[in-house]
Amino acid sequence: MAPRVRHSEAALGLALAAAVVGASFSDAPRAASDTLRPATPEVTELREGPGRDLTVGLCMICHSIDYIPANAPAMNRAAWQKTIQKMRERFGAPITDEQANTILDYLSATYSGKSG
Amino acid sequence: MPVLTRRDALRAAAGFVAAGARADEDVPAGTAGGNLLAALPGKKPLIQRAFRPPNFETPLAELAPFYTGNALFFVRYHLPVIPRVDTAAWRLQIGGPSAQRPLELSLPQLKSGFPQVSLAAVNQCSGNRRGLFSPRVPGVQWANGAMGNAVWTGVRLRDVLHKAGIAADALEVVFNGADTPLLPGTPDFVKSLPIDRALDESTLIAFEMNGQPLPHWNGAPARLVVPGWTGTYWVKHLTEIHIQPTAFDGYWMKSAYRIPTGAFPTARFVSQETRENTPITEMLVNSVIVTPVPAARLRRGEPAQLAGKAWDAGSGIASVEVSVDGRQSWREATLGRDHGRFAWRDFQLPLDTSKSGPLEISVRARSGSGATQPEKLTFNAAGYHDNRVQTVRVEVS
Repeated sequence: MAPRVRHSEAALGLALAAAVVGASFSDAPRAASDTLRPATPEVTELREGPGRDLTVGLCMICHSIDYIPANAPAMNRAAWQKTIQKMRERFGAPITDEQANTILDYLSATYSGKSG
Repeated sequence: MPVLTRRDALRAAAGFVAAGARADEDVPAGTAGGNLLAALPGKKPLIQRAFRPPNFETPLAELAPFYTGNALFFVRYHLPVIPRVDTAAWRLQIGGPSAQRPLELSLPQLKSGFPQVSLAAVNQCSGNRRGLFSPRVPGVQWANGAMGNAVWTGVRLRDVLHKAGIAADALEVVFNGADTPLLPGTPDFVKSLPIDRALDESTLIAFEMNGQPLPHWNGAPARLVVPGWTGTYWVKHLTEIHIQPTAFDGYWMKSAYRIPTGAFPTARFVSQETRENTPITEMLVNSVIVTPVPAARLRRGEPAQLAGKAWDAGSGIASVEVSVDGRQSWREATLGRDHGRFAWRDFQLPLDTSKSGPLEISVRARSGSGATQPEKLTFNAAGYHDNRVQTVRVEVS
């Protein structure tokens, strides 16, 4: 299977993530010497659909996207709306209104396992 | 030779420890996917609930030993930047407006400056069993293994706080660890305790787990241990402690880890309480069946044993009752040795395999304070406190 994260929107998100990582080291805890990561590769295989690459690129700035399929059974459009809002307002995710709508449409159409 | 997919090959190249198995057998039907067994550096394969921040669950079978091994203990993080702390450079700062003599301690100073104590205690994530909720709720979809039991060695938090001098107006003690957010707008993971819980003799700053230095993924070089209270308070990679006269108002206290006020019979956290909701505090009386596993086939006429663990918030386990007839009749299981009121308690009972057919095995624990496990879930939106009577269905044939 081909690697999935390669489109421009996703690249934008990853570039932003890289920039933020660089910035965060300047005020990292003084006891810190490096950052450990699990050896397991990140799951980057979200289902096809309009907005997938934007979703991957922006969400994985802060977290792996396996959170998305893992939560799908608990989610519907209203729940995704609430989650995206939480990420923007409480966690400071750099997501514009337009991007938020695209992500909401994608996740609602693709990862909504909850009825209602 | 087994056929490797491209993904497998990439994993192998990346140093992935291939467990070669899915953990589905541990995961009740209806639990979300993402059940790959994977190993973090220094850990044995665990159920990978999420990769980054890492959330890894102990497989049910690994809860069988009385003490959960350090390499098998569950891992739970909220933030993506997790530094490997340099133990030699590490310092713990104790201060805040209600600290009369702020101080800074190195690890040798922490270890030698205060009496060392060890205690056995269950560490259970607030969200353990969230994946079993009905209706489903968002969050890490844990099954039964976001918990473990270990011997924690450290010093009493109260001894350290007294050295810093506690002003009469002290209300809460606030704890920060070395893990940090990536984005400036993400709230750091900072937790607080009421002053009386911080001063409880059982609350520790621990640097050892089961006689070994804390594993990186479980909070090296020192973490908070709050026996009886859920894992959210057991702050890892501890770096700062503030004693303060006001309620700490960070996101992880004011908005997250909250339950409906009055819904559960647990300790109150008055300075953080609102009419609607309040922080989760103590664990509820609970049990887990480790063997037999759900849908197991027991051979007719051959000996079989029911075994598991029961625990509560520190009143101890008084009894564990077992039903094998769909909760019509109950009998008492044999309890294992008591290793202290904060440890879990082994229970076991021989199963009657003389007749073929299905067996519905249910277990309910009773705590020293008289609380028992309920039949029904008290639904709450965050998916906490699932301590329903445990049931497994097996077949004798």
